[in-house]
Amino acid sequence: MTLLKVDDLRITFSDKPAVDGLSFELAAGGSLGIVGESGSGKSTAALALLGLTSGQVTGEIAFDGVDLLANPPWKEIRGARITMVFQEPLTALSPFHTVGDQIAEVYRLHTGASRRAARERAVEVLGQVHIPDPVRRAAAYPHQFSGGMRQRALIAMAIACRPQLIIADEPTTALDVTVQAQILDLLDEVRATTGAALLLISHDLGVVAGSCDSVIVMRQGRAVEAGATERVLLSPRHDYTKALLDAVPKPGTRKLEPGEPLLRVKDVRKHFPQPRRGSLRKPPPIRAVDGVTLDVHAGETLGIVGESGTGKTTLARMMVGLTSPTSGSITFDGVDIGRRRGRSVQMVFQDPLSSLNPRRTVGESIADPLRLRGVRDPRAEVSALLERVGLAASEYDRYPHQLSGGMRQRVGIARAIAPAPRLIVCDEPVSSLDVTTQAQVLDLLEELRGELGLSLVFVSHDLAVLRRIADRVAVLKDGVVVEIGPTAEVYEQPRHAYTKELLAAVPVTDPVAARRLRALRSTVSG
Amino acid sequence: MIGYLIRRIAGAALVLLALSAIVYALFYLAPSDPAILTCGKGCTPERLADVRAAMGLADPVWTQYWHFLEGVFTGRDYPAGPDVRHCPAPCLGYSFETDQPVTALLLDRIPVSFSLAIGAEVLSLAIGVGAGLLSGARRFRWLDRLVNGLVLAGYAVPVFLVGLLLLLLFCVHLRWLPFPTYVPFTTSPLLWAQNLLLPWISLAVIQTAAYARLTRAGLQETLAEDHIRTARAYGIPERRILRRRALRGALLPLITLTAVDVAAIMTSAVLTETMFGLPGVGQLLVGAVNQIDLPVVVGVTLLTGLIIVIANAAADFLYAAVDPRVQLR
Repeated sequence: MTLLKVDDLRITFSDKPAVDGLSFELAAGGSLGIVGESGSGKSTAALALLGLTSGQVTGEIAFDGVDLLANPPWKEIRGARITMVFQEPLTALSPFHTVGDQIAEVYRLHTGASRRAARERAVEVLGQVHIPDPVRRAAAYPHQFSGGMRQRALIAMAIACRPQLIIADEPTTALDVTVQAQILDLLDEVRATTGAALLLISHDLGVVAGSCDSVIVMRQGRAVEAGATERVLLSPRHDYTKALLDAVPKPGTRKLEPGEPLLRVKDVRKHFPQPRRGSLRKPPPIRAVDGVTLDVHAGETLGIVGESGTGKTTLARMMVGLTSPTSGSITFDGVDIGRRRGRSVQMVFQDPLSSLNPRRTVGESIADPLRLRGVRDPRAEVSALLERVGLAASEYDRYPHQLSGGMRQRVGIARAIAPAPRLIVCDEPVSSLDVTTQAQVLDLLEELRGELGLSLVFVSHDLAVLRRIADRVAVLKDGVVVEIGPTAEVYEQPRHAYTKELLAAVPVTDPVAARRLRALRSTVSG
Repeated sequence: MIGYLIRRIAGAALVLLALSAIVYALFYLAPSDPAILTCGKGCTPERLADVRAAMGLADPVWTQYWHFLEGVFTGRDYPAGPDVRHCPAPCLGYSFETDQPVTALLLDRIPVSFSLAIGAEVLSLAIGVGAGLLSGARRFRWLDRLVNGLVLAGYAVPVFLVGLLLLLLFCVHLRWLPFPTYVPFTTSPLLWAQNLLLPWISLAVIQTAAYARLTRAGLQETLAEDHIRTARAYGIPERRILRRRALRGALLPLITLTAVDVAAIMTSAVLTETMFGLPGVGQLLVGAVNQIDLPVVVGVTLLTGLIIVIANAAADFLYAAVDPRVQLR
């Protein structure tokens, strides 16, 4: 039975189409994935299903016999029959009310239950989404929850009124890979136990692959391809789908030729002292990096992988001398990195928008390191660098906000290679980019490495990205390297339990493999 | 929490101590001899010497400051001619002009200033927040524009102009209200309010504008936040969203501003006090400065410091009570 039927949906914002003739159907209890890059109109379409878009909407949306475009009784639909799980779990919940109160409020509103019954229901659904000790946790505020727990709480809110349809808009984008896997498993479980249909929106093919029966690929407001998940992902027909699948990082084929150790990190620790709180005793410091020893060889790419809070960014900053270690030594070519004045180690930062000065043109930003080197008129050299990273020389005079994310990261790379370094440390350089842009930037780094004889340290939370670009991988957990070795070895025969857990959580685009991994995860955890 | 309180009070005490030291230093750096000021007209060299001895001006400054602090905490004795006059703690000395204890002078003035501040704040918060909410929630377009216009006008008009116009209208032409004089609340609450109404209004004219603007901006900012979108997506009625969620976020910045304003009115609303003939702390200070009545100046300065410290602490506690993310530590 068809639960949701969308026909020729068009949404325009002041004559600019965001959704341009989208049609699909979703069966009761079914699951549909909408995949697209940023700006494809997928989130706009989702908001329109709840009447929450501010654009001009035409077409047809029929939900269980109700026309959602003809001023339906929203009060009975929003939060009761259709519920939504949002992307940012921190900001999506009210900071002023406890998690339990927020769920109970929604439940009471739609069922007219007593305060007490609503509170009990809140605890019940919190238990259902596997929040430990739900009675006590219901009285906590969102900021007292971790990112994954907040998203669980939001899912609890979504199932509280036993809806027929749950829309999840990028529900795992802000989360670590292991947490992402847990949330996706939870959504799948919720669908199975409550019978609600799931509309899952994501930029990540791997997220959709294991969770949805069918898939729509959206581009510029249009569905370019639709069909059963297996068919679309295993034998795509449209070029854009193929391009998306190609852009998903694949294992690299490079052979390791170990050169001389260039950068030597020896038993490095970085402890951040904690402020005194309440008690007079000083709390123990945060051990961000707690005894790391590794070498970066000339000409290789060393990947460093870890989830948030594992100390990978602190380690990267110490490698370029931006932060000094509490103890241990980091030497480059035998010289202590802190004493080294010069340009042989450079860094590419995660967020190109905030790491470029917004009030200066990108050309000026790239010219800075050249001026430091004593170049009087760096314009010609900067133009050459811009062209080298795939930008037009005319971009010199533009400001960072006028460029796209991918272009900005190219500027960041141009700035890093400007002083002709020997080692570049990249801290999550592609994590804020769409998958196709991500692939282009990775290609660029790879090219530059060969051409300029660089060594790269590539810090990332994304195992798939590292598998493609790194020769060796170090797995970081709680400030310690738990496993290090050639990429193929670490991925195919992981030795440490944490590496195994990480690898099982990586989303894969092959639907069959995705289901196998889900089964594996449930046996591991369960 | 207890630890926070202790640290907070200790910090406040340090601030006040430093303040007293600075003010006391000014006392002696000022190009006027306190003894001559006290001695008054027709002063003979013998009497001057007596006064000097009585005030302890012969001692080193450190000793004098120590005695001053002693007076604040335990009270002190002043030799007055052949007798000894005891000034109980907290002793801030005697006014050069009137010879009254400074503490008594301040205690006389504080209720007046406090009445002024309370009424003005209640009035400006009620009108300002109300107008800010209505215009921020975009219920009425015209109100939004009106508030924006009035905000600018409120900032621009000087307080004495508003005050004089009010006096002219209500006391001279319409004769609805008496010319303000201060009547203590305990004597007659009705007369108290009646007499303070015009000063309250003239202070509120300026503050209301600022409050309305801050509320409006806060509300619009909060309404654009993600959790409001979540509430809408879950079918929570708009009115309830405003009342239960948006309001709190919108009112947070007002707490700090209100605390600062209360402290300001209590200590420096000289224009308003003078215009309406209210014997408040601000007037006391201006009079004392004009007559180089140093003990009174020191007293008022310390009181100002105390009020500001208390108002800020109150704001911090309120902030923590309204926003669960804020922790006092």
